[in-house]
Amino acid sequence: MEIYEMNLRQLIEAREKGEITPEEITDAFINRIGAVEDDVKGFVSKLEDSSGVEIKDIGELKGIPIAVKDNMATLDFPTSCSSKLLEGYVTPYEGTAVKKLKEAGAVIAGKTNMDEFAMGSSTENSGFMTSRNPWNLDHLPGGSSGGSAAVVAAGEVPAALGSDTGGSIRQPAAFTGLVGLKPTYGSVSRYGLVAFASSLDQIGPLTRNVKDAALMLNILAGRDQMDSTSADVEHPDYLEEIEQDISGFKFGVPEGYLELDIHPDVKARVEEAIEKIKENGGEVVEVELPPADQALAIYYIIAPAEASSNLARFDGVRYGQRLGDADIEEMYRQTRNEGFGSEVKRRIMLGTYALSAGYQDELYKKALKVRTLIRDQYKAVFEEVDFIITPTCPTPAFKKGEERDPLETYLTDIFTVPANITGSPAISLPAGFSEDGLPVGVQLIGSAFSEKRLLQAANSLENILDIDNPVQLK
Amino acid sequence: MSTNYEVIIGLEVHLQLNTKSKLFCGCSTKFGEEPNANTCPVCLGMPGTLPVINERAVEYALMACRATDCKINQYNKFDRKNYYYPDLPKGYQISQFDLPIGFDGAVTIETEDGYKDIGLTRIHLEEDAGKLIHAGSVADSDHSLVDFNRGGVPLIEIVSEPDLRTPAEAKAYLDALKQIMLYLGISDCNMEEGSLRCDANVSIRPEGQEEFGVKVEVKNMNSFKAVENALSYEVERQKKMLENGDVISQETRSWDDTSNKTVLMRGKEEADDYRYFPEPDLMPLEISDQWIKETDDNLPELPLAKKERFIEDYELPEYDAEVLTDDFKLANLFEETVGNYSNPKEVSNWLMGEFLKLLNEEGISPDESNITGNNLASLLKLIDDGTISSKIAKDVFEEMFNTGKEPEAIVEEKGLTQISDEDKLVEIINNILDENQDVVEEIQSGNERPVGFLVGQVMKETRGKANPQLANKLIREEVAKR
Repeated sequence: MEIYEMNLRQLIEAREKGEITPEEITDAFINRIGAVEDDVKGFVSKLEDSSGVEIKDIGELKGIPIAVKDNMATLDFPTSCSSKLLEGYVTPYEGTAVKKLKEAGAVIAGKTNMDEFAMGSSTENSGFMTSRNPWNLDHLPGGSSGGSAAVVAAGEVPAALGSDTGGSIRQPAAFTGLVGLKPTYGSVSRYGLVAFASSLDQIGPLTRNVKDAALMLNILAGRDQMDSTSADVEHPDYLEEIEQDISGFKFGVPEGYLELDIHPDVKARVEEAIEKIKENGGEVVEVELPPADQALAIYYIIAPAEASSNLARFDGVRYGQRLGDADIEEMYRQTRNEGFGSEVKRRIMLGTYALSAGYQDELYKKALKVRTLIRDQYKAVFEEVDFIITPTCPTPAFKKGEERDPLETYLTDIFTVPANITGSPAISLPAGFSEDGLPVGVQLIGSAFSEKRLLQAANSLENILDIDNPVQLK
Repeated sequence: MSTNYEVIIGLEVHLQLNTKSKLFCGCSTKFGEEPNANTCPVCLGMPGTLPVINERAVEYALMACRATDCKINQYNKFDRKNYYYPDLPKGYQISQFDLPIGFDGAVTIETEDGYKDIGLTRIHLEEDAGKLIHAGSVADSDHSLVDFNRGGVPLIEIVSEPDLRTPAEAKAYLDALKQIMLYLGISDCNMEEGSLRCDANVSIRPEGQEEFGVKVEVKNMNSFKAVENALSYEVERQKKMLENGDVISQETRSWDDTSNKTVLMRGKEEADDYRYFPEPDLMPLEISDQWIKETDDNLPELPLAKKERFIEDYELPEYDAEVLTDDFKLANLFEETVGNYSNPKEVSNWLMGEFLKLLNEEGISPDESNITGNNLASLLKLIDDGTISSKIAKDVFEEMFNTGKEPEAIVEEKGLTQISDEDKLVEIINNILDENQDVVEEIQSGNERPVGFLVGQVMKETRGKANPQLANKLIREEVAKR
């Protein structure tokens, strides 16, 4: 087995046993990046060689390269959110999640391509380029954390950080045969994450398996003084006691969800997963949840509303691209008009509208009320079952160049958005493949701060599904 | 026939809280630093940064609220006020919209007709913006610079009800408000440094009319006197317009200190839409009953109460009480002195006279001099027991003021002890009488006036140390003996 094919725990074990050195790990992945990155197009900035890499003699990730989504503040690489407006911009500080990775000894391998400002589900909205799905280069890796998913699937790094506002970690994980974890809102500090929708954004890992996700969460989770919304809760060791029998868990299948407009292969894989849970002694019942499109509807009010405000700071005054020097109005107009792509502008307009006098009551405020109702309903369901099980995404990976209208694209977030609306932790893991050989994901959603049990259940499901998801492009 | 008009004034005061650090980051709030020295990624609105509330600022705002009898919104949250301006780094200001920390309060002012309560609509907490420095005037400068030192400094906005009826009342309200905030120690209240800013809304209506007249907003007043002048000008301007049959338009006007006029800044525009919504980066703030109670328990005695108590407890004239309580540091010095010396009126005289005179000359505040309650009391006792004369005491006081030395030490060092030894004085007096035989004869012939001259000679001879009353008595006795 090549070093680049190993997952996090295999790398750590081999290094601890002295079979490989931290330097060899770093070099192996840098070489791998050199070999496949031209095809994958996952990085917007990256380590070119190991000459400047300083391997600290600390931490369990010592020498292990980790990729970071381009919307998290790093000192070593620009943080451009894959937007022309921020091209080349280096933040004067480092975000908490990145700092924690470095403190654990990780080598930051580079910044990964994304839909501009995390708005999109394909990386086609990147201001720089479109990333490819290593399982089939004619397909997309999903998004917005598509670059992170692509580089892990191609073995360029064993794990990456993504951010998830409406499914942006889980959907690309599903598209590329990986595990994607969106922790509970407040589990991982958002300090350093360039905000898309502050009340929904959460940082999480993309890994090759569930145990690696648990290992990453051990490093990332925790209260941060710099983020008032980070929760002051005890985070247990998520790897400890992760091996549990599926029979100890009760799963809920939302009534009517599998009758929605879902690709038949996705439906089949999720139904098979449910069957396997039952066969292995797990309990599965039907539960009643609010109509799936309800959460989606309010998501597309709340997220753009917050985004319209969060993105106001990109005005050309202090950093990033500045265009137009006739007067201040002209500077704002040109900087933003030419700096932002069309999807970002669409969402800023939607959000501005939703917050405007005369519409705010009907749109934004009503959405907040519905959000509370949905939260209550999920809470009630978690009294009955441990987890909700759904497809991660209605389809396998999109094909590159396919025409999709924005509304159709928004509908693909239907299963992922509720976890952001409710703040719940959710995980996507491989459930098999479509007839075309593209990966399909299944999602488990848990109650707030139930990551310990969620990872146990996901690990046991991973064990019984036993999907082969090797590094691609070998 | 001329109509009588009623004047309606409401004030909006922005007050910088003098916390050590900013509202949402750890940067210093120190005034007068190099431009952009007091900044960090958070207050510069760098992408990915987040605000963290400075609890001390909330505490200060809570003090301001309770000292002005405001009710408290115990479920407290912050909101984003969205607008674009180069001095606003995030493109929104973190402020409070529908749930201000305090509401429904009052400030008591003194008018010619006695005390009057001015209602407070609300007090809310927010962050200050940066400051633009234009190359030349705003209109023709080819570039502007931004200084974010001020950006993120905590502010409270205090909005009064339209309860003020004259420009003088408006000034009295500002004086009272400033005095309260200085007593609380939560703001420097310095209009020149911008730690206190005031905008006014003013309208007039014919006496007896129910509905308000058209409101004009006046800005850019940089002293309390300017507020009073601007409002007086504006009231007259509006009266003239109505008398000429003109219609007053809702507009914003700017006070020009050089021409002593308000000038049009902008007309009524469409209402600004700030698209307020709850700040998602901050958790709601619960202000507990306990916190409010602790605030109440720890509030200092406020100016009016102190003044009333000084009149009552120390039997001071109202004027004295007013002067002494104007600055709580002066009031504190008074009480410290009275604690060691039992004649309050005498203490008041010294503080209002010599002490304030020296403070003014030095341009310093009461706590910056070397005078303490202890050393002032000692000085007054030295006068009472005849050790020094009142006249010498003034010199001693000045020395104390400048050096902080104890009065006894100064008297000792300079040999200022008053001569009350009769034998010694008699000897000196007789020498003087010998040299002024003609004056002695004049007195003997019944003209008492030259006695004063002889006292003066004695004082000169003793370099001011003789007890003047005693010298006077002894001169008469010695002259009579001759």
